[in-house]
Amino acid sequence: MSDPNVSAVEQYRNNFLREVEENVDEGQWVKMCMQCGVCAGSCPLGEHWEHSPQKLFMMIRAGKREAVLSTNSMWMCTSCYNCVVRCPRQLPITQIMHGLAAYAHRLGLAPKMQPTRDFSIQFWENCTRTGRVNELRLTIGLYFRDGLVAGFKKGWSMRNVAFGLLKAKRLNPFELFKGHECKDRKGIQAMLKKANEIDARKKRPTT
Amino acid sequence: MTAPIPTSQTILVVGGGISGLTVALEAAECGKQVILVEKLPTLGGRTALLYRYFPKLCHPVCGLEINLRRLKGNRNVRVLTMAEVVSITGTRGDYTATLRISPRHVTAQCTACGDCAKAVSAEIPNPYNYGLNQMKAAYLPHAMAYPQRYVVDPSIVGTPDGEKARAACKVGAIDLDMKEEIIELKVGAVAWATGWQPYDAAKIQPYGYDRFANVVTSVEFERMCDPHGPTGGKILRPFDGEPATNIAFIQCAGSRDENHLRHCSRICCMASLKQTQYVREAYGEGGKSTIYYIDIRAIDRFEDFYRKVLQDPTVRFVKSKVARIAQDDKTGGLILHGVDTEGYHRYEAPHDLVVLAVGMEPSVKGADIPAEVIADSSGFLEGSSGGGIFGAGCASGALDVNRSVQQATATALRAIQVVNKAAAAEVAR
Repeated sequence: MSDPNVSAVEQYRNNFLREVEENVDEGQWVKMCMQCGVCAGSCPLGEHWEHSPQKLFMMIRAGKREAVLSTNSMWMCTSCYNCVVRCPRQLPITQIMHGLAAYAHRLGLAPKMQPTRDFSIQFWENCTRTGRVNELRLTIGLYFRDGLVAGFKKGWSMRNVAFGLLKAKRLNPFELFKGHECKDRKGIQAMLKKANEIDARKKRPTT
Repeated sequence: MTAPIPTSQTILVVGGGISGLTVALEAAECGKQVILVEKLPTLGGRTALLYRYFPKLCHPVCGLEINLRRLKGNRNVRVLTMAEVVSITGTRGDYTATLRISPRHVTAQCTACGDCAKAVSAEIPNPYNYGLNQMKAAYLPHAMAYPQRYVVDPSIVGTPDGEKARAACKVGAIDLDMKEEIIELKVGAVAWATGWQPYDAAKIQPYGYDRFANVVTSVEFERMCDPHGPTGGKILRPFDGEPATNIAFIQCAGSRDENHLRHCSRICCMASLKQTQYVREAYGEGGKSTIYYIDIRAIDRFEDFYRKVLQDPTVRFVKSKVARIAQDDKTGGLILHGVDTEGYHRYEAPHDLVVLAVGMEPSVKGADIPAEVIADSSGFLEGSSGGGIFGAGCASGALDVNRSVQQATATALRAIQVVNKAAAAEVAR
């Protein structure tokens, strides 16, 4: 029972809706969806989603656990809140999408190289290390996410922007080595550690 | 032993639509004294503005005429038109109602000959066609108007047009000096039957009712299909006046929506199903109706009508609440965007005319009723703390004509019980 996927499924058996309600932020709203389709039709990125929010809610209720947690759909949400303001039942759809994405990530089921997820992880690791965002390292990390050749190609295509930033003193090449830190790096990290503990206590499926 | 209380055995009915008429007639035919108050110059309310009833597709003229005949034959009902209730004070069995009566500027001498309308040149938007056309400023509201008496609009009083109207009247029925009156009535019970109004469709921003000419409401479409309506019964695109043959009906336009009306308006599914049959009547197989819906709520015996429309090859059903409407500015054509729930297919559907099946909201919301009443979160009247004021018809909830009449009959019984109890207390004294 050490695999969180196995233990999660064990607890809920075939009741994926209950699993979502208890583990996903705002998941208790999923059952309120009346399948009108306004969210799907209002989403500016709608046609690029494999499953619209409306469809995801129905899939959750139909118990399609694997399909829901492994899709990249909820990672497509840009938080424009169009669906939230138009939803006739006032479901916090944006928040549910982020909640689903976070839950899929916690269980390790999220698509590995999905750009939004990848960026979120890189950004989080980058800024929590020193308490400050190291933009140079973050950029390089994103350039090289698809491999060495792709990274150099991307870097080359952006060279004029980089020189411009250098000239304007908006880009410091020495950031690559150590980078600046916040005043109390240890304090920030202790705080984050504590927050993670509280979060884990709240979200870990109770057995 | 009940303490004797001063009382009046009269029942006040506020609103002269089908519900108010029903309360008034049922109570009057039981021998009770009734005062029927109507804000507009005519009785009939929104029922008189319907082309046909569902599910039998008969004409409202028929049912209204029966009720008006009952009214004319009953001495117990006193009708006050152009009268509004300003306040109701007091307790069950002993209310004082204050009424404001606006000047009609036409006396009972009027023979409804129409000479004044011919003489007048000023025109005003016609509220009986939801402002879709203009009417003369001296007018008879509509063919079914009761009383059959003309009205001179206050906008022409004191103008040469007003004088022309007065001069044209052969029986001297026009009195331009008529003033507003305030009167007080003692009544025992009140039936509040102020009915409904269509939800303001312009508030549903993505549907563009305020921006796109070819987006109309279901009540406007109803007038359009009526031979007495602004288009003489022709279904035309307001953008260019061309016949509209490819018509979309959008259900739950405002209803079942926490951002607009949180209740289900109950009538709109059947109204749209009915209106698809107007399209069939106008074009035969050449017309196309598409109903965009969340669920079709054709309950009870209406299910048969729904099944009949389902068989109609000119009517298509799309299970989806339309997300937004876009307009082709050159042609006025409309494109409906959305995703359907049966298969989650994204669509961009072109239509000539879009009919928004707008929801019902109470004409006077609970908080605006000048008496101590209890209303629900949509403003529909549930009753009064004192127990002598009752909601009747659509003032009490979203109802169709048939159910309004049932509900109003029940209300008449409640009102009769109140005045009977008051009468008994008087006798005991």
